[in-house]
Amino acid sequence: MSNRICKIPFKGTENQERELRSLIEKLRDQEGALMPILQGAQGIYGYLPIEVMKIIAAEMGVSLETVYGVATFYSQFTLNPKGQYKISVCLGTACYVKGSGEVYSRLQERLGIGSGECTPDGKFSLEACRCIGACGLAPVMTVNDEVYGRLVADDVDEILAKYQD
Amino acid sequence: MYRSHVLVCGGTGCTSSGSGRIVTAFERELEAAGLDKEIKVIKTGCFGLCALGPIVVVYPEGAFYSQVKAEDVPEIVEEHLLKGRIVRRLLYSETVEEDTVKSLNETDFYKKQKRVALKNCGVIDPENINEYIAYDGYMALGKALTEMTPEEVIQCISDSGLRGRGGGGFPTGKKWSFAAAQPKGVKYVCCNADEGDPGAFMDRSILEGDPHVVLEAMAIAGDAIGAQQGYIYVRAEYPIAVKRLQVAIGQAREMGLLGKNILGTGFDFDIDIRLGAGAFVCGEETALMTSIEGRRGEPRPRPPFPAVKGLFGKPTILNNVETYANVPQIILNGPEWFASMGTEKSKGTKVFALGGKIHNTGLVEVPMGTTLREIVEEIGGGIPNGKKFKAAQTGGPSGGCIPAEHLDVPVDYDNLIAIGSMMGSGGLIVMDEDTCMVDIAKFFLEFTVDESCGKCTPCRIGTKRLYELLDKITKGKADMEDLDKLETLCYHIKENALCGLGQTAPNPVLSTLKYFRDEYVAHIVEKRCPAGVCKELLTIQILPEKCRGCTLCAKNCPTGAITGKVKEPHVIDTEKCVKCGVCIEKCRFGAIVKR
Repeated sequence: MSNRICKIPFKGTENQERELRSLIEKLRDQEGALMPILQGAQGIYGYLPIEVMKIIAAEMGVSLETVYGVATFYSQFTLNPKGQYKISVCLGTACYVKGSGEVYSRLQERLGIGSGECTPDGKFSLEACRCIGACGLAPVMTVNDEVYGRLVADDVDEILAKYQD
Repeated sequence: MYRSHVLVCGGTGCTSSGSGRIVTAFERELEAAGLDKEIKVIKTGCFGLCALGPIVVVYPEGAFYSQVKAEDVPEIVEEHLLKGRIVRRLLYSETVEEDTVKSLNETDFYKKQKRVALKNCGVIDPENINEYIAYDGYMALGKALTEMTPEEVIQCISDSGLRGRGGGGFPTGKKWSFAAAQPKGVKYVCCNADEGDPGAFMDRSILEGDPHVVLEAMAIAGDAIGAQQGYIYVRAEYPIAVKRLQVAIGQAREMGLLGKNILGTGFDFDIDIRLGAGAFVCGEETALMTSIEGRRGEPRPRPPFPAVKGLFGKPTILNNVETYANVPQIILNGPEWFASMGTEKSKGTKVFALGGKIHNTGLVEVPMGTTLREIVEEIGGGIPNGKKFKAAQTGGPSGGCIPAEHLDVPVDYDNLIAIGSMMGSGGLIVMDEDTCMVDIAKFFLEFTVDESCGKCTPCRIGTKRLYELLDKITKGKADMEDLDKLETLCYHIKENALCGLGQTAPNPVLSTLKYFRDEYVAHIVEKRCPAGVCKELLTIQILPEKCRGCTLCAKNCPTGAITGKVKEPHVIDTEKCVKCGVCIEKCRFGAIVKR
């Protein structure tokens, strides 16, 4: 994941903040609540901007470092917004052996972005993932929740075209 | 009562190939035909044969339809369910024999399998607790609570010889007895469902196909060690498994099989789910517990062992999903039954996720001691496209590659370690002659570098240096001295890293060095990649005898490296060529090759 602090201005709404605060309220007393709270917060905002981590740190009575430390440890958390269509290519062993590396390079080439990045229009973001467990269909990629299996690099253009408008 | 049952696989593999649409189509067609009161459609867990998904099985006939599409559903309803004629064109071809339909258990894929941990997968509706109960579900918990003392439960597990299925192979009974021996007080039972090995998906399939078995086993463990709370740490990447666990926990609570005073025995036990967030190291037991505590999932030195000081500083046992899936049947059928399967030191069965260059990708469960050859060639159906077997990779990033010469080794914990690999959680990836072993070692090291938590130096820096050396080799820039450095560094990391992730990280390098040293040497000395994978070491050539001089390659070459006259063979200037491969794609005559 890309851990650089995001340069895109924070656009959180009051509703989102209310939702976040009530989530914290609900989970606060549970042991080990920080992870579920971060997962919930990412669900609300789509990513974990510094502003949101500050709220969580203040509400939980822990330092911002602690929150940032946890958020950057796990690959599921992202400090950058994702595209409208999140593309993940599986680079797990079974997919890699069957050529998912080529699919991944082709996507980078076509979208003009690297791993963990988002296209300037905010449409596509690209990342590699480690095994979604659909090894029987290797190599696989996902676009949001849609799974595409038994891919070859030449399938990429057709799949991207589906999301063009 | 229903006269027929239509079972549609709802595992991740088949769901990805569209089994959800098949269920909807069946429901619609059955209603239209007025059969919805006579025929029940059930979404089950994984049947194992993921390569041929989506899978639909119709009972009572047991017709096993493979690669079914939603468009095929009206035909199945019309022909099979209405007129009683099995749709032969959709049957799994192995089950079709001239005029008869063979039983699934007679096919090569299923013949040698023995389903214990996967007993209910693909058989019951995982979202219906009554179906689990109908298959003896929660009987073992009842037996443990009412007929056995905690000591007897632990003795029974110890006598069965069950060992941890997550990879380490530690005796489960011994682990439980350590935690039971701790003074009374708060204790925890945890389940490791953070299946991080790429290419392994047996735990996911059990959670998706039979979630109650894990809950029941955890409750039994809670009774045995004196714990009242359990946690399942499951990957967030497994949404279907998480949802089915939530449903199962809700149903079990409702029926009084979890919660206060279970089965009226005064035993309290409840289970919560915690989601992982994508960190391979969290599969290590101390790191997993740190993560449940809501912190960075870094491991810590042992001792103290978790059985003494684990989650939130309390005595804790942690077992893997597949380990738990064996427990209820051991309690019900007795330790002798379980110990009758397997080898001297590895009892029972093991589930493997077959993947890579093999016909029948999917999930198989075989008795310990089955040979790799039986798994790869008979059950797996061998290598596609007439290619040659090169290696089987087990144990994920902690394991190694097993070459053809060891295919006849009976698979168990100790034998795999003896040949430089390990059982791991059960991923089994088959590689053919087109796989470069140096590239594979590099692939695994890239993974470990990425996933190293950074707490200890041997792992954080050592794996990075290993990766750099491998990268140098695959680019043809290394000398033989680098090969010695590579090997020495491997042993340093093995001896000095803090946790299992670091200690086993060099295994992919060491095992490929042991069996495929000549490939490393070819990269270094001859600057050649024998499998034709490492891009820097390849050159792209035009075969003059096949080239028609159509100029298409030259027009598409981004660097202008291809020259030649119309209708005459072209040539590539290797100095200018960036090996992008566009010319190979564009050539209509197969005249351009990578060598």
